[in-house]
Amino acid sequence: MTMERELDTRTAGPAREAPVSGDELVKVENLKVYFPIHSGLFQREVGHVRAVDDISFTIRRGETFGLVGESGCGKSTTGRATIRLRVPTAGTVGFDGHDLSTLKSDDLRRLRRRMQIIFQDPYSSLNPRMTVDSIISEPLETHGLGSKGSRSGRVSELLELVGLNPNYANRYPHEFSGGQRQRIGVARALAVEPEFIVCDEPISALDVSIQAQVLNLLIELREKFGLTYLFIAHDLSVVRHISDRVAVMYLGKIVEIGEPDTVYAAPGHPYTRALLSAVPIPDPKLERKRRRVILTGDVPSPANPPTGCRFHTRCWLYEKLGRPEVCTTEDPPLRVLAPEHQAACHFAEESLRSDVGVAHPEQAPQEPASIAAAPAAS
Amino acid sequence: MANRTETLPAATVEVRRSSGLWGDAFRRLRRNRLAIVGGVLVILFVFIAIFGPYLAPWPYDYQDLDAVLANGGLPLPAFSPGHFLGTDELGRDLLSRLMDGARISMTVALVVQFVVLVIGMPVGAAAAWFGGRTDSWLMRLTDVIYAYPDLLFIILLSVALKETVFGKALDGLLLVFVAIGLTSWVTMARLVRGQLLSLKETEFVEAAQAIGVPSKKIISKHLLPNALGPVIVAVTLGIPGAILAEATLAFISIGATPPRASWGSLVADGQPWLRSFPHLVIFPALAIATALISFTFLGDGLRDALDPKLKGKQ
Amino acid sequence: MTLSEESAQAPSVVVEDLPDSVEVATEEGRRMAAQLHDKQPHAKRLLEVRNLTTQFFTREGVVHAVDEVSFDLDYGETLGLVGESGCGKSVTALSLVRLVPSPPGRIVSGQIIFDGVDILKLSNAEMRLMRGKKIGFIFQDPMTSLNPTLPIGFQISESAKLHLNLSRRAADDRAVELLSKVGIPRARDRMKDYPHQFSGGMRQRVMIAIALACDPMLLLADEPTTALDVTIQAQILDLIRSLSEEFGTAVILITHDLGIAAGMCHRVNVMYAGRIAETGLVDDVFEHARHPYSWGLMDSLPRLTDARSARLRTIEGLPPDLLDPGPECRFSPRCHYVTDRCRTAEPELSSREGEGHLARCFGTEPGGWIA
Repeated sequence: MTMERELDTRTAGPAREAPVSGDELVKVENLKVYFPIHSGLFQREVGHVRAVDDISFTIRRGETFGLVGESGCGKSTTGRATIRLRVPTAGTVGFDGHDLSTLKSDDLRRLRRRMQIIFQDPYSSLNPRMTVDSIISEPLETHGLGSKGSRSGRVSELLELVGLNPNYANRYPHEFSGGQRQRIGVARALAVEPEFIVCDEPISALDVSIQAQVLNLLIELREKFGLTYLFIAHDLSVVRHISDRVAVMYLGKIVEIGEPDTVYAAPGHPYTRALLSAVPIPDPKLERKRRRVILTGDVPSPANPPTGCRFHTRCWLYEKLGRPEVCTTEDPPLRVLAPEHQAACHFAEESLRSDVGVAHPEQAPQEPASIAAAPAAS
Repeated sequence: MANRTETLPAATVEVRRSSGLWGDAFRRLRRNRLAIVGGVLVILFVFIAIFGPYLAPWPYDYQDLDAVLANGGLPLPAFSPGHFLGTDELGRDLLSRLMDGARISMTVALVVQFVVLVIGMPVGAAAAWFGGRTDSWLMRLTDVIYAYPDLLFIILLSVALKETVFGKALDGLLLVFVAIGLTSWVTMARLVRGQLLSLKETEFVEAAQAIGVPSKKIISKHLLPNALGPVIVAVTLGIPGAILAEATLAFISIGATPPRASWGSLVADGQPWLRSFPHLVIFPALAIATALISFTFLGDGLRDALDPKLKGKQ
Repeated sequence: MTLSEESAQAPSVVVEDLPDSVEVATEEGRRMAAQLHDKQPHAKRLLEVRNLTTQFFTREGVVHAVDEVSFDLDYGETLGLVGESGCGKSVTALSLVRLVPSPPGRIVSGQIIFDGVDILKLSNAEMRLMRGKKIGFIFQDPMTSLNPTLPIGFQISESAKLHLNLSRRAADDRAVELLSKVGIPRARDRMKDYPHQFSGGMRQRVMIAIALACDPMLLLADEPTTALDVTIQAQILDLIRSLSEEFGTAVILITHDLGIAAGMCHRVNVMYAGRIAETGLVDDVFEHARHPYSWGLMDSLPRLTDARSARLRTIEGLPPDLLDPGPECRFSPRCHYVTDRCRTAEPELSSREGEGHLARCFGTEPGGWIA
């Protein structure tokens, strides 16, 4: 870690180069995760919540794959299923050529070294009865990494890596702030030197200024160790900031997938447009200017999703087009709209032509005015 | 960047001694005056239970017939010479008998809660960990036991097994203790199940699974230590119930065979003398009440100390 | 349970009940409100807060949660209180309606003049009348503010009956009217439903209906959408905006989300460590922020429009301990522009270019060292 960084690094030039290697590290095919609904005296199954319903995607080595959607859309379940914290109801999850569902438990345990997860809640993700030292050394012990004596050195190293004072190792989680606890969670995930990390809303429980610290840390670590991320969030601007490719989920399905610049500039799915237009932008003039769609109603229950296209009950395009029947009868598959850009809408072309909801980048000031107004002090 | 971001809190965190949750809980407990009173009384009861026979002025079954005869065949009142709390009509020293009764009550506390833990914890843990069918059957079983009248079960059991070796062990007390335990583990099983179910869903358990920590270790390192607080509280608060149950049974002559007497049977024995010699009832009743209150104070204090969320930030 | 709320009535019903699902929010309404605000800029103050100081007396010491906060609010105006957790924004709002949990909290000094009345001098009974009738409020978690054992219709009409002296029937009619106004389909049928039968967004609508039951002059909204999804958040914000325009209700919106403040407010107060760090019209504060903390807040947000994967500027460190704030500028330990002066004295709020635009910083004062 170099200490001599410039203060003003926000202008750090163009977006990161897309990852070089193209080989697939994670391959999810027709993944379904259903949760049974129990009822009655002996808890008989009476139905299913279709948390994830037939989705497929691949994550390339070195890439950050963003997954956005509202609560209950299945994004967290998808994240957990990709590292087999949830057992799929159907479909396969491949990790570097291994099919996770057919692995024996010993082999799976060995593979767990290569994939890790960072959680949303910095309070419930650390065992309150364990010291930071034992939290971070647990993965080392589990996988027999290093000798007993060398482990404490490794813990210090990891703490330093995530920006914490190594002297904190013998403290308990409750003695830390939210942001610091999240860093401890990151250190635990990094302990086994994984290749792939599922980041499940890692910053949404944190305060604004702390969010930026943790986000920067994740980006730094990615560059340092060539990590592959599955980055799950409900905040579209955060996902755009960190991801090389983005998938938008609604009610257990992926409705749109592509590179963020494409997806955010010209969304092919009306839901993506609605989502984008609902994101408040911290720029009062832009907020007054843009055209917004406000979806009516709530998200339907994943136990009993609507027929046809799952979004049609709230879809503004469906209304605008005079409620075409096909939307209520046929579930639209993902269609290729452009290279690396797919959307699951019968009328994706209509959506592409619309200007609803997009945050016109050309109207936004290129640089936040505050920085222009405030040159760095000597 | 790494070092710079965290330069600030170092100063504030460094000063405080790291103590862990147990240490914090102990500090909170010490600040609770009622809990301290309860704790001191509990320690006193335990001390009497262990060393009672060496401290008591008389053996519990010694009959000071001379004194009784001198009193015209009636019990000695309290503060009589040689018998601080008086005697019963057979000349047995009440203080000595109360001290022996403390022994019985503390043993009840110990044995009953031991039975409760030995049955309740594994049943609750199994229901929570395996879930599904195991869970539903175990929980239906606890429902049935919960619904069955406790007293009826204990009476039936003690009558049925009275003449066996088991029934005669510890002057017939062991049977009663175990019977009480057999009816009380249900609450513990439910508590443990509930605790583990909610802990199973926490992200730190998921993190352990993602790391590949084996199930056994997850239970022993992540689940049980975190469920321990409520279990300790439940055990402490369960003790008064057990003491009371034993006293109730002793009052209706189930349990200790004479001349051994528990606090409950002392109350029963003193009952005919209630009008003329009320001390025979009052002192045993006071002993029962004091024991109940001290365990309850201690249990409440433990609960507040182990789960500060209940009382807001302290 | 909450998810299945609307689905039980089959998705198609939703569409039937709410036919115009395309609701393109135009800027006209907002422009009108802005004009109204401009025309009579100081027509009459609804609320004047002067040197409000609220402290919490804890075992560890006195927490200076809100320290000498002053601000004004005009009739019909929307004011944002923006800041991170622990900055005092919620305690400020609770102080306004005297709902600071006591003990350990206490309003130590200051003046709150609401509609000509000094709130801190009212008796408890008068204050109760004031809350609910003249000041409505909405909190982050509607579930904790609704009584789970009473039907929502009762909870709304109760307030109307109490404060407006309506008959049972009239109050019920008023409740139905309010429920449909806040966008709850089949309002009359749903009067008998209990809070748990509504989804999070619908519950927040019910809360708004209760808050508006007596046509209050001021609506206090404390993080009203933090617990909601982004599309539901947009619905609720839109609802608050249109209702406040329709009824001319002034709104104090407490939020940590700068985007929400930018879209909703006429003026904003940026709060830090119990103090107002900067205040002004929303355009002034967002475009010409004059406090290093405001810059930090805005720069630490990834935006839909900036360069991807660039390092975000962060505010390093943590907010100060409010147990014993020293004499220095409270932001100085985290400030890039700090000088010795900032470490010895705390700056006052002072005027910057732009009407009513004040900031608490030596560096950006006229003649300060930050240009």
